[in-house]
This record gives sequence, C-alpha cells and structure tokens, in this order.
Amino acid sequence: MNIKLILNVSINLLRARLKQSVVAGVGVTFGITMFITLVSFMNGLNQLLDGLILNRTAHVRLYNEVKPNETQPVNFSKAYANHQNFISSVKPKDSGKEIYDSKAIMKVLLSDERVQGVAPKINTQVFFNAGNIELAGVINGVDIAAEEKLFMFSDYVVEGDSRDLATVSNSVFLGKGLADKMLVNIGDVVNVTTAQGDFVSLKVVGVFQFGLADLDNTQSYTSLSTAQKLFAKPTSYITDIQVKLKDVMLAPAVAKEYAEIFQLDAIDIQTANAQFETGSTIRSIISYAVGVTLLIVAGFGIYNILNMMIYEKMDSIAILKATGFSGNDVKWIFVFISVIIGVSGGTLGLIFGYLLSLLIDNIPFETASLPTIKTFPIYYNPVFYMIGLSFALVTTYIAGLFPAKKASKIDPVDIIRGK
Amino acid sequence: MSTKVIETIAVSKEFSDPVTVKILKEVSFDVHHGEFVSIMGKSGCGKSTLLYILSTMDTDYEGKLYLNDELLTGKNDKQLAKVRNEKIGFVFQFHYLLQEFSVLRNVMIPGLKLAKYSTEEIEHRAMERLRMLGMQDHANKKTNQLSGGQKQRVAIARALINDPLIIMGDEPTGNLDKLNSDLVFDILSELTKENKQTILVVTHDPEFAAKTDRIITMADGKIIS
Repeated sequence: MNIKLILNVSINLLRARLKQSVVAGVGVTFGITMFITLVSFMNGLNQLLDGLILNRTAHVRLYNEVKPNETQPVNFSKAYANHQNFISSVKPKDSGKEIYDSKAIMKVLLSDERVQGVAPKINTQVFFNAGNIELAGVINGVDIAAEEKLFMFSDYVVEGDSRDLATVSNSVFLGKGLADKMLVNIGDVVNVTTAQGDFVSLKVVGVFQFGLADLDNTQSYTSLSTAQKLFAKPTSYITDIQVKLKDVMLAPAVAKEYAEIFQLDAIDIQTANAQFETGSTIRSIISYAVGVTLLIVAGFGIYNILNMMIYEKMDSIAILKATGFSGNDVKWIFVFISVIIGVSGGTLGLIFGYLLSLLIDNIPFETASLPTIKTFPIYYNPVFYMIGLSFALVTTYIAGLFPAKKASKIDPVDIIRGK
Repeated sequence: MSTKVIETIAVSKEFSDPVTVKILKEVSFDVHHGEFVSIMGKSGCGKSTLLYILSTMDTDYEGKLYLNDELLTGKNDKQLAKVRNEKIGFVFQFHYLLQEFSVLRNVMIPGLKLAKYSTEEIEHRAMERLRMLGMQDHANKKTNQLSGGQKQRVAIARALINDPLIIMGDEPTGNLDKLNSDLVFDILSELTKENKQTILVVTHDPEFAAKTDRIITMADGKIIS
C-alpha cells in the first residue's frame, strides 16, 4: 500500500467537496468543544462541592469514642467463663478523649508510605458568652501549619491571616455565623466557658466561612497550645489525629488497619460522607454521557456525508480501480478522509473547548456560602483533552469505515458500463 | 516476435437476472504482441463483457484467461489490481478522468501507484507521454477545462504511463466527432507501428475497425470470424 499516494488522493477528494467536509468537521468540532467544556465545568463543580466537605475532612480520623467497655467484669470471672452472661443497664465509660502516646502514633503514621500528612486536633464543646447569652460552640485546637497544608484552611478565611493563630497567644478564628451573632470583629475579645466551668478570654484574629451554616454557626479554631491551656492539659494532649492519604480510595482499609494497631476508633471519609461520593460519581456520569452523545451525533454526520460523497465519486472510484487500485486501497482512501475530518475537527474542538472553558472560568459567580469563589469553577485536566481527541478519532474512524467498505466493494464494470 | 499477449480458453459467462442468459459461449482467441485488434459486433453480442473479463475487472466467468502466459483466472482482488496497474492500460468510451486532479496528476497516478520510479521520474515520463499526444500545454489544467477529444488523449497518456503490455479500449472513439475520432485512431495506430504497442479495441464503428490489423467479429456470444 502506497500511503503517501492514498493520502494524497484522500486530500484531493476532500478538497473537491470542501463545503461538505467543513460541515462534517464542524460537527466534530462542536461535539468535542461541548464535551471538553462540559466535562471541565462539571468536574470543576464537583471539585468545588467535594471541597466544601471532603477537603475539610480527614481521610482517616483516629479518636476515642465514648462507648461501653466491651469486656464487662463478669467476663473475667472464671466461674462464669462458659456461661452466656446477660448484663442489663450497661453505661458508657468515659475513658478520656485523650489519645495516649499521640506523639509516637503520629511518628509511626508519618513513616507510613500511604500517608500524605498528619494533623493533630483537640476538639471540645464550649459556650461563647455574648452579653448574658451563652452560645453553644466547638473549639478546634489545631496545628495551623498542618491544617493549612492538608486542608487548605486559608481558602476559607474571609478576614484575617491564619498564621496569626500560631503567633498571637490566646487567639481564635470564629465561624462567620458565630462572629455575626456575637457582633465581634477582628481585635475584639470573646469570653468562653469550657465544659469544666473555666472562664477564658480569647482574642479574635480572623473569621472563616466554610459555606455550611452548621459549621459556620458553631465552629471556631485556635492553636493547639491555646486549646491545651484552655483545658489545663499537658502539651501531649490531643483528642483527634487526622490522616490524609495519598490515595483516598485506600481510606476504608487503612482506617480498619489503624484502629486495630493503635486500639483507637477510626472512621474513613467514604463512610463519613457517603452521599458526596454518590453525587460526584453521578455528575461525572452525566457529563460524560452528554459528551459522548454529542460525539456520536457528529459521527452520524460524518457517516452521512461520506455516504453521499461515495455516491458522487462512483466514477472516480471506478477509475481508480480500473487503473490498479485494489478494493483495500479504496477503503483506506475513504477511511483517511474520515480520519482527516476527525483529527482536524477534533483538534479545533480541543482549542475551542479550552477557550470556552476559559470564558466560563471568567464569568462572575459569587455566592455568600463560598467566600473564596469569585467565578465559575473549571477543572483543567489534560486527561479530558486526551479522552476527547481519542474519542473523536474512534468515532470518525468507525463512521468512515462502513461507507469505506461499501466503496471498496463497488464494481467498476457496473459504473463504467452503466453510463 | 509473435508471443501471445492475451489468450482465452473457452471463456463463458452468464447473467442470471431475471432469467439466465448465456452472454458468452466458450470464447477462445488470442492477441499477439504488436497487433492492433478490434472486436466488432452488434449491441448485446457480448463484446464489452468480453473486454471487461480480459481487463480483469470482471472475475465472474468460466474458462481460463492468460496474460503473457500467466494465468489470471482465480487471482484475488489485490493481485488483479496489481496486474491492471502494471500490465494493462485502459481507455473508456466516456473519457473518465479524476476531476479532482490536474491533467498531469491524472496521468501520473497509475505510475505513482506502481511506484517503480521516483516521483520526479514519473512526472517526467508523464510529460513525455503528454507531449507525444500533443497535450503538453494542458498539463496543469483541470480536467473539466478540456474538450472531449483532449480528455481522451489524456486518458491514452494515462494508459501508457506504466508501459503496459496491452492497451484496451471500450469504444474509445464512440463519444467523439469525426475529427477527434480520426485523431485518436491515428494516435493508436502510430503507437502500434512505432512502439509495437499491442492494442485491443471494442467498437461498433466499421470504419474504425476496417483500419485495424485484425477484426474479430462477434455475434450471440460467439466469435464468428
């Protein structure tokens, strides 16, 4: 097979029907453009929505849960060892929320290859005093550097600088809802009553907004050391270890493993936020389905135009065959025509898709619940462009193959004598 | 030199739509090297059918066909395409040229397909043949800018590009006026005289046939003289 010659014949046939070829190409361009835009936009939205909760959530959280002791005293008794013991009215035992030997545990976690990072946390209920009103709230004592690195805390900061938490002593970041309720601004002091009844004053250095009213109305952040001071605990005191993994899909297995090794409770992100996973998956499926449908429609366009072209070019096909082109050569001529339309239409589609994504990326999109989002979210991922182009190639190849096979079977004698 | 360029042994063909009609009945004949042969006969006598079998484009027949002592019967599509490309030049009644290409390119395409010579050499050879047929000034024109007689001359140039063993023509002058018809005949007869080119032409024009070396007359699917 003489590829150069066959390609040359293909291009000349294409050029002879330039208008039709362009129309077919535009179909592919449109399909790919919409596919790229849709998938980028949908995934941008997915990331945004997932980010609301999932970015803020540890992949695996290690903690001590308040629960009844699994081995009750009667089980230690040799006299009743082989009996079935029924105990009623068992009460949970508070073995303390503190994670013992937390430094050693964190060291072990960090040496695990699957772990991206580890952030310690102290989590306690408090009351915020605003005048004579007490608001129930939560104080999270965090290592702000780790929090920043793993959970992008500053993305959610509306006012203030998150680094102040580490440098200013007795400082606190309040949720937007909480700050609004108490009518406090940066620099103001809020009074906090701990569960133990201690009374502490904290200086407000910033306000954050996660976009979830439940959190913004109750949560506040302070440094680990301030939290430890608040509860008069030693510097080793923490209640939670948040683990971020390199591969989030491993979370359930890793959680189970850690629970066993460290004798702690562990919950993985999939269990904690099952509904978000489902939402993301379905949105992805929808965007791919629409994109693929557009491309298939474009494929039918190519199929039609090639079919028409073959009827128009019967004479040329007969001539080519009479002068020594085999059926296979003729088939390749038409496959090449289709693939040329696919490649050029597809490449243009990628470019237009990128431009359209850029455009959407610059459309203002301001919502009270998402302080850091100013425009519509777009996720630029080369993988989408790869999928788009290869799908364009595959559809145009298949769309071209059937008419091409028909062309290869045309009997030149029928054409030449039929005239 | 009198080798057989084409030889058929009992070639038969029937069409079975709607009723079975035997269109060729055991046709056996041969064409020798350097001969200018014409096949005559009334419309429907099977002469065109015979030509398409000889040209290898029609493979649905019984009997045997040899080209230059090589059995062509039973070869597959790809092998036959190669034979057509290399050894047979074809001139049709309706000067079939590829409208998408220039005159020169039309002549070059079978040469490019054979790829025996480099592109430059094929171009040179194509120009040589166009010059031989007095068409060198039209080399870069589109085919639809040519007259019927000019198109037919380009078609002959194309048939000659690969130095074929035989040129076959299906009423090559059937669609031309007297002047162009004579011109085409002169070109063909010159080719036989000067280049010892073997030519086989189907025609129903007795005047044309009378000027050829040998006339094969057909009637009812048989050769009668």
